[in-house]
Amino acid sequence: MGIVLSFIVGVVFSVGLVISGMTNPKVVTGFLDVFGQWNAALVFVMAGAVITNLFLFNLIKKKNKPWFSHKFYLPTAKNIDKKLVVGSAIFGIGWGVLGVCPGPGIVNLVTGELWALIFVGSMILGMLIHKITFESK
Amino acid sequence: MENFIYPLIGGVLIGLSSSTMLGGIGRITGISGIFSHVLKKPSKEYLWQYFFLLGLLFGGLGLFIYRPSLFDYGIEVNKFQVVLAGLLVGFGTRLGSGCTSGHGVCGLPRLSERSFVATLTFIGFGIITVFIRKMIWG
Repeated sequence: MGIVLSFIVGVVFSVGLVISGMTNPKVVTGFLDVFGQWNAALVFVMAGAVITNLFLFNLIKKKNKPWFSHKFYLPTAKNIDKKLVVGSAIFGIGWGVLGVCPGPGIVNLVTGELWALIFVGSMILGMLIHKITFESK
Repeated sequence: MENFIYPLIGGVLIGLSSSTMLGGIGRITGISGIFSHVLKKPSKEYLWQYFFLLGLLFGGLGLFIYRPSLFDYGIEVNKFQVVLAGLLVGFGTRLGSGCTSGHGVCGLPRLSERSFVATLTFIGFGIITVFIRKMIWG
């Protein structure tokens, strides 16, 4: 049941990304372009998602366990370290370079466009470089 | 104002789906983390992650077939720009333990301090990067 649910979650999430405009690099770049022609659309995407979750996460937290699993798997790290900040900064630069973050990058694969394939391929390479430099130690 | 209806509806769908993930199987919908598991040895433990990613593709494909104009961005990108972006996004999201979905969509509503810092940082650097990019590429 869990895998059926996560498949459906993937479908709905993907539809949300596309109709909100998040898969369009122009919309994302427009949001980041605060000193130029600012496009506020992404504020509404984030507000819609965060406020919905703020409300629902609170309801979910009151339950002892999820419907189809025996426990909640929540991140346990609490410390603000260099990795978090430097990693997020590097991600932010990459996000600004093209206007694509991981979810929209993956969804754009369905277009069969060369740039989407190259983006996801390079993203995998970037993750591998991280794995080799940080996880093998 | 109507330009903001679709972003808002899309955002709510993103929220509803990630809440369903948490309430259903107790997991955070962090796409960079989920995707990074395709690089690991296949395991039954990662099954939900494979199915989530399949769902992402399936949803996208459905819309692409139903209304291809949604994907018609009219953008011109050079390959160097795409490779650079992909490398930085891949490396940065692993080092920073998350992206727009994990830190933004899920971390902020959990009131996670780490996610607040991460989200402000990547949006800040995104803004700076677009500013510089427009000076270079016009």
